[in-house]
Amino acid sequence: MKYLSTLLAACLITVSSYAQSEDLTIGLASEPTSIDPHFHNLGPNNALSRHLFDRLINTDERQRLKPGLAVSWKPLEDTTWEFKLRKGVKFHDGSPFTADDVLFSFERAPNVPNSPSSFGLYTKGKNLIKIDDHTIQIKTDRPYPLMPNDVSTLAIVSKKIGQNANTEDYNSGKAAIGTGPFTFVENVPGDRIVLKKNPDYWGEKPIWDKVTLKPIKSSPSRVAALLAGDVDLIEGVPTTDIERLKTSDNIELSQGGSNRVIYLHLDHERDNSPFVKGKDGSSIKNPLKNLKVRQAISKAINRDAIVSRVMEGVAIKAGQLLPEGFFGRSENLKPVEYDPSGAKKLLAEAGYADGFDLTIHGPNDRYINDAKIAEAVAQMLTRVGIKTAVETMPRSVYFNRASRGGPNKTPEFSFILVGWGSGTGEASSPLKSLLHSYDKSRGFGAANRGRYSNPELDKLIEDALATVDDAKRQDLLAKATEVAINDVGIIPLHYQVNTWAAKKGLRYIPRTDEWTVAQYAVKN
Amino acid sequence: MTTFIIRRLMQSVVVIVLMSGIVFFGVNVVGNPVDMLVNPEADQADIEASIRALGLDRPIGEQYLYFIKGVFSGDFGKSYIFGEPALRLIFQRMPATFELAFTALIMAITLGIPLGLYAGLKPDTRISKTIMAGSILGFSLPTFWVGLMLIMVFAVMLGWLPSTGRGELGTVFGITSSLFTLNGLSHILLPALNLALTKISLVTRLTRAGTREVVHQDYIKFARAKGLSNRRIVSVHILKNILIPVVTVIGLEFGSLLAFSVVTETVFAWPGMGKLLIDSIQLLDRPVVVAYLIVIVFVFVILNLIVDIVYSILDPRVRLGDAGK
Repeated sequence: MKYLSTLLAACLITVSSYAQSEDLTIGLASEPTSIDPHFHNLGPNNALSRHLFDRLINTDERQRLKPGLAVSWKPLEDTTWEFKLRKGVKFHDGSPFTADDVLFSFERAPNVPNSPSSFGLYTKGKNLIKIDDHTIQIKTDRPYPLMPNDVSTLAIVSKKIGQNANTEDYNSGKAAIGTGPFTFVENVPGDRIVLKKNPDYWGEKPIWDKVTLKPIKSSPSRVAALLAGDVDLIEGVPTTDIERLKTSDNIELSQGGSNRVIYLHLDHERDNSPFVKGKDGSSIKNPLKNLKVRQAISKAINRDAIVSRVMEGVAIKAGQLLPEGFFGRSENLKPVEYDPSGAKKLLAEAGYADGFDLTIHGPNDRYINDAKIAEAVAQMLTRVGIKTAVETMPRSVYFNRASRGGPNKTPEFSFILVGWGSGTGEASSPLKSLLHSYDKSRGFGAANRGRYSNPELDKLIEDALATVDDAKRQDLLAKATEVAINDVGIIPLHYQVNTWAAKKGLRYIPRTDEWTVAQYAVKN
Repeated sequence: MTTFIIRRLMQSVVVIVLMSGIVFFGVNVVGNPVDMLVNPEADQADIEASIRALGLDRPIGEQYLYFIKGVFSGDFGKSYIFGEPALRLIFQRMPATFELAFTALIMAITLGIPLGLYAGLKPDTRISKTIMAGSILGFSLPTFWVGLMLIMVFAVMLGWLPSTGRGELGTVFGITSSLFTLNGLSHILLPALNLALTKISLVTRLTRAGTREVVHQDYIKFARAKGLSNRRIVSVHILKNILIPVVTVIGLEFGSLLAFSVVTETVFAWPGMGKLLIDSIQLLDRPVVVAYLIVIVFVFVILNLIVDIVYSILDPRVRLGDAGK
């Protein structure tokens, strides 16, 4: 009997060493809505398309630009960029990758029918010229320093396959042919997407033979699926579970800061802001337009307490638009220190010694612990005399009202909690969208829900966006950030930190863009 | 009977049209889908282009007319999020929900009726009291909590069953379902039980109440006096007489199992229509929400019809026809 069991064990060992297929199953918090990399410019879709498709420029875990299908790129002059393409790269169907595929991808991306959010954002104003099979030039009308960042967002699809394919062909897998590290196996909507290793990948070969992505939207179920061993890695670990998972022997946590800053936006525009009232409930002249009041609010907020209590330590307190390590950041800005007496003094100087009434609005299903943060901020402000009420709502209602819920499609609220992740991985993205004066015709300040406006800042931002030289642009962006933050255009609270959890022996290299990509799941 | 069915179907068309109007205007009051769809980096022109692409720049009345026009040609609109026809998305996920609801229904019948019968025939035993107490729990415990507890116990702690998802599919007689594979059955057990829990309790209580009433009827006494076996009395005379209310409830409850398995599907990451509905509501994917509710109304109408027909089979006194005649 003993002999038999030994034999059996020996057999098992042999079998397992032969069947060394490395499989990875990932539990995702949200499901990609399409396999078509150009259909919807949305986080989960972009993360998925990283597996199947390459970009000319790929980004690493800190959103730094790395050669992808282009081996090098440089501006020939301010309005012309040249990209040298990688030679010998093959699509999953064996056909070679050439400049034609790049031209086709740039033409297809903005024109996908029914696209809810188009990639036209990154292709507009760019004119592609094929020099030879492995060289292209991109021309713009005006100097365009963000060229590499824009190019890094756009997946390159095969022209041969793509020209006769629509989004449904990509979803069914028929057209899901890229150059990426994984190839498409199957897509069962709502249940799973299965990928397999591309053995001919031009770059670093994946360590996983088969990757299964399973959307498990409910956070407790996702954690349970990991604990039960049904999935190997999960994203979006709820902060309440982090402490418990830390003590578990079978689970390994990976945490990393993101490019997302959580901030407060204030009404800089209206003289009578609808959610600011005097102590007696009467309408008063909008105190948020007063710099001292804005500084007082910033000082009244205990960022350390938010990070340690509300976020259970899983956040980094913020003093500007982007955390350390990002391009365009200022080295001179520190998070504002908690100083309630200083805040009261500033309020008194501004003529609001008795404070005023305020309502903070925020979403309750968009950012990590968003409603709790709004409540904490309200309590802190109330303590210095600004009696603050809290109103939170689902994001489906919130963003519409915050952006255009008021008369004439103006922002409805006076004081809001929002977050911003820099899609480009540098400071011009938040500066341009959140702090530049709202200017519909030129596309500035699209998310400037406080209608902050400062001509000095506008000039700096526009100069930066026209400066191709990196060092000069870094200085301009840093200067712009300082101007905006010192004038308290917005009040940064903290940078979101994301948590992944994996089974023992596995680790995830956190990406600042919050994406979960199988290539970044590594064995210890 | 044919006129009865035709009349019923015509009534259902009226219901569906009215309902579609209410739902269409209802979902259009909430938020703006563009905020859910557009990348935050998009500028004002991009946002407006998206609004136009979705047809949201048109007045709501015009949008509704356009929608109704589409419905009559079988087009319920395209999902904002997936870009695919809403109806196709729903039908794609229907088999998963159907098999889940079906399994839950089977559980409710096979567990609920015997338990209820037992509790009705021997009301004073300890087991009966336990059954009745248990049914109260089954009613009152929140589904999402029970679901998570089931996962914690059977998947995480004991490791017997998978925690989430749908298993492998098998095909028998041209029907593809996860019920035909062992792996599939192991996946469906927990979510189906979770979904069935309130239904088991309901059927148990209904059966018990019916049994208690019927046992004291004269014909049961007569049957006993005649010397019929207990088995025959229970299976023929009692069971058949208590089935009418049970069938009614089961029929309607099957509809609600299909339509509102939302919580269970979310907790167990079951790729069915319920999960699609809740995702669509959260992301304001209006065409899918409207199409879904229309499909569900239709399902309820059909189920009611089937219940009526089954009635007439179970109870020959019931005739399908016009009440006035």
